[in-house]
Amino acid sequence: MAAVRLKDLAQKEDRLVAGHGMCLGCGIPIIFKIILRATDDPLIVTCATGCLEVCTTIFPRTAWNVTWIHSAFENAAATAAGIEAMYRALKNKGKIPQEKKIKILAIGGDGGTYDIGFQALSGAVERGHDFVYVCYDNNVYANTGGQRSSATPLGASATTAPAGTKSPGKIQPRKDLTRIMAAHKIPYVAQASPNKWLDLYNKAKKAFEIEGSAFINVLCPCPTEWKYEESQGIKLAQLANDTCVWPLYEVEKGHFKINYKPKQKLPVTEWLKSQGRFRHLFKEENAWIIEAIQAQVDEEWEELNKLAEM
Amino acid sequence: MKTLKPLNGNQTIAEAVRQVDIDVVAAYPITPSTAIVETIAQFKADGLIKGEFVCPESEHSAMSVCIGAAAAGGRVMTATSAQGLALMWEMLYIAAGLRLPIVAAIVNRALSAPINIHGDHSDTMGARDSGWIQIYSENCQEAYDNFIQAFRIAEHPDVRTPVLVGLDGFIISHSTEIVEIEDDEEVRRFVGEYLPIYPLLDTSRRFTVGSIDFTDYYFEHKRSQIEGIENSPRVIEQIGQEFGQKFGRYYSFFEAYHLDDAELVIVVMSSAAGTCKEAIDELREEGLKIGLLKPRVFRPFPYQKIAEALKDKLAVAVLDRSSSPGAFGAPLFTEIRSALYDYEKRPKIINYIYGLGGRDIKVEHFKEVAQNLVRIATTGKIDSHVGYLNLRE
Repeated sequence: MAAVRLKDLAQKEDRLVAGHGMCLGCGIPIIFKIILRATDDPLIVTCATGCLEVCTTIFPRTAWNVTWIHSAFENAAATAAGIEAMYRALKNKGKIPQEKKIKILAIGGDGGTYDIGFQALSGAVERGHDFVYVCYDNNVYANTGGQRSSATPLGASATTAPAGTKSPGKIQPRKDLTRIMAAHKIPYVAQASPNKWLDLYNKAKKAFEIEGSAFINVLCPCPTEWKYEESQGIKLAQLANDTCVWPLYEVEKGHFKINYKPKQKLPVTEWLKSQGRFRHLFKEENAWIIEAIQAQVDEEWEELNKLAEM
Repeated sequence: MKTLKPLNGNQTIAEAVRQVDIDVVAAYPITPSTAIVETIAQFKADGLIKGEFVCPESEHSAMSVCIGAAAAGGRVMTATSAQGLALMWEMLYIAAGLRLPIVAAIVNRALSAPINIHGDHSDTMGARDSGWIQIYSENCQEAYDNFIQAFRIAEHPDVRTPVLVGLDGFIISHSTEIVEIEDDEEVRRFVGEYLPIYPLLDTSRRFTVGSIDFTDYYFEHKRSQIEGIENSPRVIEQIGQEFGQKFGRYYSFFEAYHLDDAELVIVVMSSAAGTCKEAIDELREEGLKIGLLKPRVFRPFPYQKIAEALKDKLAVAVLDRSSSPGAFGAPLFTEIRSALYDYEKRPKIINYIYGLGGRDIKVEHFKEVAQNLVRIATTGKIDSHVGYLNLRE
């Protein structure tokens, strides 16, 4: 792949423009400004209901400089599948020229992807529709004020799994969706984060270019629900990589490849103490949760390394 | 050339799908509409359908695929029944709200619980406020004819509203009749080419579909959606006439059977109307001035036309194959009774709920209704506004 310079990318046309209503310090626009630059082909985007959808399309304004559709919360993948099926049908019938390439991108948050939209996503990729699905995983239903999702990590406090005098917050570990998507044996699955912008760009580019279904799970810092100072989002994402809470890897045709190995793996406490949603874990009675989180992260990192060596 | 073929209701729908040059079919199998999906899949496997066939993992996704495909810009259909339609419920409103001309064959089946696979109208009646046009069929021929016309109605630029065509589960879906199947090319010519207005696949234009409305726009957008279905009656009428001129079978909002001189009237939709005609013939022979009004179009409800046809009658019994628990009668009854309210002279009107879960309705049951209508017309007294036919109580 030819060297990509940030300066060149910055000069490309913005497909998600300024003026949207996303929070100060939100990871979403950073992520999609990178991803949307990873293809020069005409693009159709469909968004699940969520922060990105709501904040960018308040009628009569839109922040989208591409053709865009929202249908419902749980069906971004099925909507994309419909667009793709029509694209194939009209190409077969000669109504769209054979040489014309249109890319289809479906986007959901972790609510719309891990939870309510999971069935539609699993179905669409099993059918092999040629589209890219990107999940911006901010670990919580941020759009509606911070309720738990199955991406909410063990020990985080969410409004529907709050920390309290009798509860340490969410008591279940998060669902490992990237691995679940890899188990679908689709052509391309990746995990990324916005701090490693070139890695994210390359993954998006690969996903757009590969024929068939591709899935990218992107960690998305959320100052509002993770409770940190707005300017710290990218540093936090880096901390997620360095603690191995959120490793960067890709699974191409079944082969696992780790894209970033921290020189020195940091303890999860570095990650946990950086955010208000974990503050209660540092009470004495919750020490076991921190231990459990560390054990889980270690185990998953070890497992991932084994997979990558295979 | 027109051919006569022995086909059941499901097969006639699949034939129509093959003939209308469909672009995308997205459907999930459910009894009793499964054979529609299977037959289309076979057509695709045999190269008889050029469009794409998508078999999603649920009806919710089936309708979502239809929405994506229709918004992308092309002709789209699905088929389902009962729980399948219920699972689509959220997406029905979105299809209508986004003004996507999707056509659905609904093989009418009872809703759970208790689970039951047989025919009644509780599924489509549950969707009556979803914004879809609803057309009901008495037999296989009507199912075929209605389904072809549905594309013209849905895709009409003044309407752009999804259409569902109902046919009764098993009674029509699984009964074989001799059906007049029109020439492929003639059907293709009749439905014509669909020209979408804002196809997503036209990427030379950039636009946003399905944006969020707050209190400042939602109401206006809903009003403009209602205008689409309000524009549909003249289109439904015109296409029913055009279909008749071309193929010899004319369609309008309802069928009148011995209605003009009738003093007593039974109103019933779909397959039961066939049995009702038999009963009317026998009762006429006995000298009773009774007729049938069989609504074809339930949404938009042709309230003026139906009220005009019924206002001078002595007594009317409206038969519903669904229930609306806690309401004053079932949906067809409340519509018709309301439509007659402004007429100073109007008939006595009663409601019967019949055939839930596929319970049979026979000539003798229509005769029971007729006897009650005679009693009401003679005495002017109604014992009960809402009754149940062929039910053990």
